[in-house]
Amino acid sequence: MDPRHLVVVGGGMVAQRLVEALRDRDTAGTWRVTVLAEEPRRPYDRVALTSYFAGRTPDDLALGDAALWDDPLVTLVRGDAVTVVDRAARTVTAASGRTYAYDHLVLATGSSAWVPPLEGADLEGVFVYRTLDDVAALRGHVTRLAEQRPVRGVVLGGGLLGLEAAGALDALGARATVLQVDTHLMSAQVDLGGGEALRRLINRLGIGVRTQARTTRVLPHRRGGVGRVELADGTRLDADVVVVAAGVRPRDELARTSGLEIGPRGGVVVDDTCLTADPHVSAVGEVACIQGVCIGLVAPGYTMAEVTVDRLLGGRAAYPGADTATKLKLAGVDVASFGDAFARTPGALEVVWADPVAGVYKKLVVSDDARTLLGGVLVGDASAYASLRPMVGRELPGDPGAFLLPAGGAGAPDLELPDEATVCSCNNVTAGSIRHAVTDEGCHDLGAVKACTRAGTSCGSCLPLVKKLVTTELAALGVSVSTALCEHFALSRAQLYDAVRVAGLRTFTEVVERFGTHGRGCDLCRPAVASILATTAPAHVLDGERAALQDTNDHVMANLQKDGSYSVVPRMPGGEVTPEGLIVVGEVARDFGLYTKVTGGQRIDMFGARIDQLPLIWRRLVDAGFESGHAYGKSLRTVKSCVGSTWCRFGVQDSAALAVMLELRYRGLRSPHKIKLGVSGCARECAEARGKDVGVIATDKGWNVYVGGNGGFTPRHARLLAEDLDTEALVRTIDRFLLYYVRTADRLQRTAPWIEEVEGGLEGVRAVVMDDALGICADLDAQMDEHVAQYEDEWRATLDDPEKLRRFASFVNAPDVADPSLAYVPERGQVRPATADERAVLVAGTTLEVRS
Amino acid sequence: MTTLDAPTTTWLTVCRLADLAPERGAAALVPDRVDGAPTLTQVAVFRLLDDTVHAVQQHDPFSDAHVLARGIVGTRRVDDADVPTVASPMYKQVFDLRTGACLDVAGKTPVAGHGADLRTWGVRVVDGDVQLAVLGGAG
Repeated sequence: MDPRHLVVVGGGMVAQRLVEALRDRDTAGTWRVTVLAEEPRRPYDRVALTSYFAGRTPDDLALGDAALWDDPLVTLVRGDAVTVVDRAARTVTAASGRTYAYDHLVLATGSSAWVPPLEGADLEGVFVYRTLDDVAALRGHVTRLAEQRPVRGVVLGGGLLGLEAAGALDALGARATVLQVDTHLMSAQVDLGGGEALRRLINRLGIGVRTQARTTRVLPHRRGGVGRVELADGTRLDADVVVVAAGVRPRDELARTSGLEIGPRGGVVVDDTCLTADPHVSAVGEVACIQGVCIGLVAPGYTMAEVTVDRLLGGRAAYPGADTATKLKLAGVDVASFGDAFARTPGALEVVWADPVAGVYKKLVVSDDARTLLGGVLVGDASAYASLRPMVGRELPGDPGAFLLPAGGAGAPDLELPDEATVCSCNNVTAGSIRHAVTDEGCHDLGAVKACTRAGTSCGSCLPLVKKLVTTELAALGVSVSTALCEHFALSRAQLYDAVRVAGLRTFTEVVERFGTHGRGCDLCRPAVASILATTAPAHVLDGERAALQDTNDHVMANLQKDGSYSVVPRMPGGEVTPEGLIVVGEVARDFGLYTKVTGGQRIDMFGARIDQLPLIWRRLVDAGFESGHAYGKSLRTVKSCVGSTWCRFGVQDSAALAVMLELRYRGLRSPHKIKLGVSGCARECAEARGKDVGVIATDKGWNVYVGGNGGFTPRHARLLAEDLDTEALVRTIDRFLLYYVRTADRLQRTAPWIEEVEGGLEGVRAVVMDDALGICADLDAQMDEHVAQYEDEWRATLDDPEKLRRFASFVNAPDVADPSLAYVPERGQVRPATADERAVLVAGTTLEVRS
Repeated sequence: MTTLDAPTTTWLTVCRLADLAPERGAAALVPDRVDGAPTLTQVAVFRLLDDTVHAVQQHDPFSDAHVLARGIVGTRRVDDADVPTVASPMYKQVFDLRTGACLDVAGKTPVAGHGADLRTWGVRVVDGDVQLAVLGGAG
């Protein structure tokens, strides 16, 4: 049977979720789906519009797995708005004139920004704040004006969207003022006390706020465009740009013209299965008027998408009612509201804790017996949100006040969430499903649980709670969740790093005696201590006791291969190499019979060197001006670059020169895991810098720096840390980022998972690195300066020291005899290690070597 | 068993104690007998912090490469005692340096024809010379 045809009108977040859920569950392929989107792009993360808008490309806002749109049963038509719905013929017609027949239709057209009838609202310089195009236009306008004069921006509306717009203006360097008609900010979500606390916090950011300020008209400037706004009380405010964020209205035109019922305040009326009165038409998301209201939040929209899919596939799901809980972070200000935030339940009690100096306001709404949690408002510190929100409607253990005190105070009792409590409302994941993932699905870390349940994969606000649940469950299972490095140290790597640094220890013996539990270490803690000492008390890898801590790779400064031979990689900073250098590398490889291969990090790897050949090979490389490439170390590997503006027709900055400079700066920096950097000379990103731990991409004003990317088992794109930095600021930023990582990451933890686990996530890293939130930047700077000053090529130093060279003997009693177990056979003009079968013949025979 | 002469054990000096770095290994090539036939075998010799010396096979049964002398030396708590160990540099199996017993297979099995435990050699230090108890003569 041919699959039936589902047509979705609208290409927003809810449409994306609907298609994702359908393709996930409809394994028999009973439906094919066509999504008709008005915007010229794939669905993107509109919630993250503000936090991501600064300098980012639309790709950064991509939702879910892009492969969804390559599914043969999924068609996405972009840039073609539907204009007519013919319910009798069951067709829709788009602006392009194309007509699509449907078996079932879903309206997911969302909302549009509402602009109040206001004189001057059509002037140049008046914007709304809803789509990527809106944001791009606003950004372009402000950037253009800023070249001439300081820009003053006025935002009409002090709700969620208005504050986001003000934050965006502020980030663009404009002086922003928010005009709120109501008595306080975010009046739909927080009470007066919370709104006041919020106003003080917003003021501290340099953003002005006027409440009870109704705008009557926008006045033109005599040079054209916006000049001033006039308020009802007669006040006039200068403004170069006006952003209207006065609310949204459902895009219900198609329902109106096709005769479907419309709600009292707009929206397509649907029942609890998201169906309209027409059994072939559903509506989901912000356009749907469900249980009498339209809801401008994404989580209820996701729920409606899931309900619709379930019904299409013959299920019995129904909409359970909206969770209107909100949590947002605006330029570092936390605001959260959940449940009955306004204490409308009869007899409800409010427990309030406010600290105007610290800028914190917290309120819990509880039942008349002060036992059951009904809702709450958290401003300035919303850390309790993740654990409190799922407790709504449930009894709190102990005094409600205890949950409001600052962390480290009296201490709230631990909340034991019931299995049915929703933890991730974006993806509707309960505490029970998370526990199940740990106990029955074998997910033993946060990443596995996220992949398995999708908890925390959308907005991420529940991640602290998910992590806590996972940890608790693992502990109950008896799975060790100890952060101890190994049996010899009860401390985590980060704790040991601090301990060693503060105590000023220099040797392993000192470290073991001071902080160890027993014994002499192992293959886990010895390299970790070597790595810690390398940045707290720099010395050669083979100096004294340090030599006994190194993995064989660091011990012989080469990469161990499967047959016991090693590979050799000289540094080629930024991938640059001279013709003479290439010739030397070629000659060395030829003379020692090495297999050569170009690496992913833009340099050359030579394989099949015996341990006793390493000093001979390096003597020639060092004499030709090469130095260690640290391909063997948990340390900086390479800084990959494109050729940059010196040669490239499109390059805007000299990426190759920057890459060389960065590679020479960070070479030899020992870290919890390998570190790779990349530098691209323009937005085309030929160096694939966003696949690196630190990626730098040129802009016409400087450099954008991205962090936390990697390839490997779980590839990740790096995320924006800072933008338009000049070279000096860029280098300091990378210095601090790298050393903060070196100090606080777990053993063998790369930057991507580190950013997820470290206090505050990427925001936390930004606060430490850019705003010196921990007050350690001067210390980090000094530490990096010391690293740069102390750097020496460890291969040259080894060649200069006969004591160190003795470690490379093949046999302590026969240094002139080569390891007889190594055997090679030719392949594609080079050599490769013989297989076990081939070796049985080769080694047994009289001629062991195929190499001269 | 064949009727060949029973192999005789002799003490062979392989190096000076000072030639070995504390808590590291070194490879030595020693005469040996396999199925009665004379051959040379690679041995991994380790000097501990207290200057005791241990010798086990250089061949790693889990990777089939001759690399154990390049492993990290340490200790592991077994029955309330700290046992001196070496970890294979290839796939991180942990062996008891005194007995050759494999204490941790790290989720792998040895290659065909090999057990997980290591062969050991008797070691003594005489006047600063490190001597191994080897089978067969010096040739």
